[in-house]
Amino acid sequence: MRNPNLKRLRRTMMFLNCQKPNLIKDPYIYKPDSIMLDLEDAVAENQKDAARYSLYHALKEIDYHGVERVVRINGLATPHWQEDVRVCVAGGADVIRISKTETAEDVHRVEAAVEAAEKEFEVPVGRTLLMAALESAKGVMNAYEICNSSERLFGIALSGGDYSKDLQTVITGTGVEFAGARQSMIVAARAAGKQCFDTVFTNLDDMEGFAKEVLMIKQMGFDGKSIINPRQIETVHRIFTPSEKEIIFAEKVVREIDEKRAKGIGVFTVDGKMIDIAFYDGSKRTLSLAKAAGVYEGEL
Amino acid sequence: MKNQVGREIPDELLKQYGKKVFSGSFVRSEDTYQKTGPCVHNYIDPTQSKMVSSIHEALVKCKIHDGMVLSFHHHFRDGDKIVNMVMEEVAKMGVKDITICASSLGSAHDPVAKLIEDGVVTGIQTSGVRGKIGEAISHGKLKNPAIIRSHGGRVRAIEEGDVHIDIAFIGAPTSDEYGNARGVGGKSDCGVLSYAMVDAKYADRVVVVTDCMVPFPNYPASISMTDVDYVCKVDCIGDPNKIVSNAVRMTKDVRELNMAHYCTQLIAESPYFKDGFSFQTGAGGASLAVNTMLRPIMEEKNIHMSFAIGGITKPICDLLEAGLVRNIVDAQDFDLGSIESLKNDANHYEISTSAYANPMNKGAFVNRLDFVILGALEVDVNFNVNVVTGSNGVLRGAPGGHPDTAAGSKCSIMVAPLIRGRIPTVCDQVVTVVTPGEDVDIVVTDYGIAINPRRQDLIEAYKDSNLPFCTIEELRDKAYAIVGTPEQVQFKDKVVGILEARDGSILDVIREVKPFEFKD
Repeated sequence: MRNPNLKRLRRTMMFLNCQKPNLIKDPYIYKPDSIMLDLEDAVAENQKDAARYSLYHALKEIDYHGVERVVRINGLATPHWQEDVRVCVAGGADVIRISKTETAEDVHRVEAAVEAAEKEFEVPVGRTLLMAALESAKGVMNAYEICNSSERLFGIALSGGDYSKDLQTVITGTGVEFAGARQSMIVAARAAGKQCFDTVFTNLDDMEGFAKEVLMIKQMGFDGKSIINPRQIETVHRIFTPSEKEIIFAEKVVREIDEKRAKGIGVFTVDGKMIDIAFYDGSKRTLSLAKAAGVYEGEL
Repeated sequence: MKNQVGREIPDELLKQYGKKVFSGSFVRSEDTYQKTGPCVHNYIDPTQSKMVSSIHEALVKCKIHDGMVLSFHHHFRDGDKIVNMVMEEVAKMGVKDITICASSLGSAHDPVAKLIEDGVVTGIQTSGVRGKIGEAISHGKLKNPAIIRSHGGRVRAIEEGDVHIDIAFIGAPTSDEYGNARGVGGKSDCGVLSYAMVDAKYADRVVVVTDCMVPFPNYPASISMTDVDYVCKVDCIGDPNKIVSNAVRMTKDVRELNMAHYCTQLIAESPYFKDGFSFQTGAGGASLAVNTMLRPIMEEKNIHMSFAIGGITKPICDLLEAGLVRNIVDAQDFDLGSIESLKNDANHYEISTSAYANPMNKGAFVNRLDFVILGALEVDVNFNVNVVTGSNGVLRGAPGGHPDTAAGSKCSIMVAPLIRGRIPTVCDQVVTVVTPGEDVDIVVTDYGIAINPRRQDLIEAYKDSNLPFCTIEELRDKAYAIVGTPEQVQFKDKVVGILEARDGSILDVIREVKPFEFKD
């Protein structure tokens, strides 16, 4: 059976260091869509086993109140990732985020390990979803193949820190260094029918710059953004939540298209704008986003 | 004997102090009492000078001797130098058995802990105690049990004669040579001298200590020459950097902001939120944020606050300046902005602590409060609040105006994170009852909001609200599910502190702590 969570709402994915119990005990009170429990860069090399231990018990003991639990595992070039996968599956993580993904083969290796772990721990095969972080030029060049690599994989995410290093540049805050990657990734993801997520914005004191960037990536088509602090959640959710005007318009479009289609009419106007069947999916998406964000309770 | 909040108060203690057990916040509402009065040493001779050259001379002239009660105020907070300056001299003079009756004591007064061990200080009566003094008391080193009272309760105790002050030392940022003292001016500006006003009226001897003499008359005076015996000029009465903050910190912590949002919504959705409402909040992160969050709602609904009260900070003064608050009545200033407002805004008034919170005068400001937002170290399932003893049982806090404002206001809101580290804030039983549950209306945590079932009217008022309401038991269960059910703090039998209710009855006792013993 197709995993029903493949297409869930993922506007915010909040990074949390697995080593810090105080952070992972109750992030659901901030109401992010997903949390990203980090076993990779936030955890010191000699603390990997302690972080895994803490992660396992958090996954087992804490009720995250429906917030999706993504775990970022260590890269495939490290000796840690296979044990990371076993702990994630045994603990019941919803998603494994593969760091430094460069090829479809990388995804296949993790997928095989996940399936083996699901069998080992008697978890229904297919329960654990995957997402891939692209952190290099090669990864971005292979974005489409990575998107198509697995049924379990619901999307790709840009990881800006390593990517800018690979491009031999630095993060400027203007977004110019990520322009190509963002464009390539969103196109690849949409072509493969997958989701696409933007990188973190690290300057917590620049909320204005953050909001600008969120507005831009929303306009580009991204599904959401990785975040580093609960302070950023409200901004992302606000920008990604359809406005009342957008909801009303989308509702009209869907109703009109359904009605006109029955009458054999293909092109017509709504509020003075020309509308045809091409607007249908977009309007439906607006309504389901509004519904998921809790601002629309209509029947469409 | 058990009191109304279920605390066992030793009979011998009741007998020794002639006290009753707490039996409800308002049981004395029909009581009358005769006010006590000071012994006055007049200044009929106009050639007499009040100036003394040193604390030593002041003590000699006041005939300091063993067993006296000396009083102090805490407007200089952590920057206070007066208590240590006076007590050091008292110790040098070989005087013993002194009771310190202060409006609050903090870590600035750590040197007093040594005087407790030496027998110089054998009694402490205060509205707050932190640092080494708290530890000394909790470890049984003070000869007599410390008496902890609210700000209003302290005024009551002085006026009713439960404690009689022999000498009041009043640190003042400015004074003239005849003792007119003010909280503003000089280099140790603290704004108001509210806590000291009752001491000036009821102490046998009043000594104003200042580091800034100004020409006569220093008016309008916070402390009047009519009550002052001596004026002592010293080099320095306080550390300005620790008296007030340059600016209070506005929190960026989303958890605190969420709680502030809940408090703001509770106020906005309550039946008391209408033009002319009144409000007090503290200087904690969430409390301060409420000031800012209320502003747009007040503007949108064209609602003005009749008065804001309490410890004052700049954010509420900004609302005064914007015309959204009509008056500020000020009993303490926490930042430079509030002092500036007091100096410059005609609708910002200094009041006495009696006017602020005394339960047994003929009417205090707290009785006119609609909302108060208060912190809590612990709240139990009966809504009793502890703000005085830490999770290890050691004294480390201040009732301050907590019990006064909770009892006086129409809607008292406690705001605290559900857990701190591994300590649950909402629990089965608080270590020490400081504010009785009957005066606590709403508990706001980061996990949800509980309304006291005694307030069915509030439960009804919020029935259509989207706020995350739950029961206090549910909050406790959530806390225990995360950090586990805590073991009770272990104490020895010796009573080291008495927690007095506002009306003078005994609400709880604090016992000597002992090292935790694990079960096998």
